[in-house]
Amino acid sequence: MLPTTFHPQNNNEAVILAPVHRVTRKDLLLWAVLLGIMGIGVYAYLTQWFTGLGVTGLNRPVYWGFYITNFVFFIGLAHSGTFISAILRLAGASWRTPLTRAAEAITLFSLPFGVGAILIDMGRPDRVMNIFFYGRFQSPLLWDITAVSLYLFSSIVFFYISLLPDIALCRDRLTEVPSWQQKMYKILALGWTGRGEQFKRLERALDNMAIFMTLLVVTVHTVVSWVFGMTVQPGWHTALIGPFFLVGAIFSGTSAVVIVLAILRRVYHMEKVLPVSLFNSLRKLLIVFTVAWLYMMIAEFLTTTYGAISDEMLVVWQKFTGDFAVLFWTMALTVFVLPLIIFLFLGKDHVGWMVVAAILINIGMWIERFLVIVPTETRPRFVSTLMEGMGSYHPSWQEIAITGSLFAGLILLYVVFTRFFPIVPIWETAHSGETK
Amino acid sequence: MAKWSMVIDLEKCVACQGCSIACRFENNTPVVGPDQALMGRAMRWNDVFPLPINADEDTGEYPNVTSRYIPRPCMHCENPPCIKVCPVGATFIDNEGIVEQNYARCIGCRFCTVACPYGVRYFNWLEPKWEAPLGEHLNPDRVEGEGVLEGPVVRPRGIVEKCTFCVHRLIKARERAEAEGRDFRADEYVPACVQTCTGKARFFGDLDDPASTVSQLAKSTRAFRVLEEVGTHPKTIYLREG
Repeated sequence: MLPTTFHPQNNNEAVILAPVHRVTRKDLLLWAVLLGIMGIGVYAYLTQWFTGLGVTGLNRPVYWGFYITNFVFFIGLAHSGTFISAILRLAGASWRTPLTRAAEAITLFSLPFGVGAILIDMGRPDRVMNIFFYGRFQSPLLWDITAVSLYLFSSIVFFYISLLPDIALCRDRLTEVPSWQQKMYKILALGWTGRGEQFKRLERALDNMAIFMTLLVVTVHTVVSWVFGMTVQPGWHTALIGPFFLVGAIFSGTSAVVIVLAILRRVYHMEKVLPVSLFNSLRKLLIVFTVAWLYMMIAEFLTTTYGAISDEMLVVWQKFTGDFAVLFWTMALTVFVLPLIIFLFLGKDHVGWMVVAAILINIGMWIERFLVIVPTETRPRFVSTLMEGMGSYHPSWQEIAITGSLFAGLILLYVVFTRFFPIVPIWETAHSGETK
Repeated sequence: MAKWSMVIDLEKCVACQGCSIACRFENNTPVVGPDQALMGRAMRWNDVFPLPINADEDTGEYPNVTSRYIPRPCMHCENPPCIKVCPVGATFIDNEGIVEQNYARCIGCRFCTVACPYGVRYFNWLEPKWEAPLGEHLNPDRVEGEGVLEGPVVRPRGIVEKCTFCVHRLIKARERAEAEGRDFRADEYVPACVQTCTGKARFFGDLDDPASTVSQLAKSTRAFRVLEEVGTHPKTIYLREG
């Protein structure tokens, strides 16, 4: 039965499958390093588990810090894939096909770490089941849990069904891989044959899911922002926070795609499969997002400073000239000024510059998340911060180590995945369909 | 049904911190030590601090200084922002208007602590501990029901706690009245801070009873509530100086 399976003809098949063939010593070394970083994170978490959240730099009034920043950042990063493969699918942008899977993989592998960041932040992780026993939908946290878990499960399904034809291809082509790996492909391929209606149905399923996923992208990150927006705190309680988070999420997600694509291109020699034109298309998108981000920034700060409500201004000054001024202006530089200069004057046809800009944007977006959360907490309306040291936040080594291990975990899942599955969709980039 | 309320007369308050101490001993609030306190982790269900509260706000130069003091228990809002955001219903308002915290259910997400505009909620960053003689004299009172743990009982680490208007005293007073076969009277119950107040600046009672002291004082032209504009409708009411 197996030889009768139909696979669309793709001239780049050998290049795309090359990384799947073997696990090299270099791979093992990289995995070991990443696992090592994660190990430090696990150790840091164990100290927190046994001592309490007291090991962090969190305090009153800065109850939320690095962990919640990571939560928002990773969920934002996750918007890369869905944006590229769902929204651009609906828009009919066919240039997206070679990068869909690479982008969706970012989605899939960052979501667990976003969820993990929330669990790490909990004072009583042993009581996590209370959320299911006593969950109250009046709480934005429950909206979050619902939206993010729905997003995670939908992403898995979306990712998996678009992977099916390629798993079947691995099953049929990669006959020299270890038997457990062959068995894995056989089970995961779910008996895909590529015959008859299968491709048509797959396309239809993906098209329909793309609509649902697009709605989810908007919902998920808006709901994440509402954790802050629904409170009455200065700097958080604004209707703009939802759209602002959404723009930021798609912005950092799309930049992450640029970084990943450049690495895949270089390391797996996929220059032909992932041509420079892809980067040029992403460059245009990113110019739009950079400007959209500036628009959001101006809308927010002009409204706040023009109205100049004193509680709000305390937070604004914390960002402009206060404790967070260095971070704030660094953020403005790395998210807006430098990337825009690079995109406009240097980025065209230059993958290197694009990567520089994308890295700057992601560093800046992490800082931006941090700056949305922490400065508001340092200027509470009614907590006396007169005591020396109060109203400030200095993360402990545990928080930094755990943050590092979350990033290491994301990278680890990614590199392991690329060794076992083709990271460029072979069937979607195929040159010809089934011959009649 | 009663609607419990506290009135604090700032004209009479001498900022002696007696309320804070009485609260600490009544409710077994852990002593965190100077290091933790400097990090901002001191537990003060009842706090007394200067106004304005932020160090960078202008308080004037001597001798024209405008600094004042304000005692601050929980505001026991009628529209509490903390309760709205709790994902598990660990914090709740009872039918007599007291905002309480169920230590048995709290998951330690600290959403309520960031949502409270008054900063009256405290998180147990570390295991609570007391220095030698203090630990031997903890208040044995506790409120325990099915899946509910409240009152002065020693709190575990990783959860949020707050001023409860000494709700265990209310329960005790009710039980005593019942045991003696008579009706419970509102003046049988006051929180520890009210009982101890040196300047007799604190009043406590039923806001639904138009004859009660708190109802009368709430009508005073000196009466105000903190951050009224936020829409929380506090039941802790202040009488301004002068």
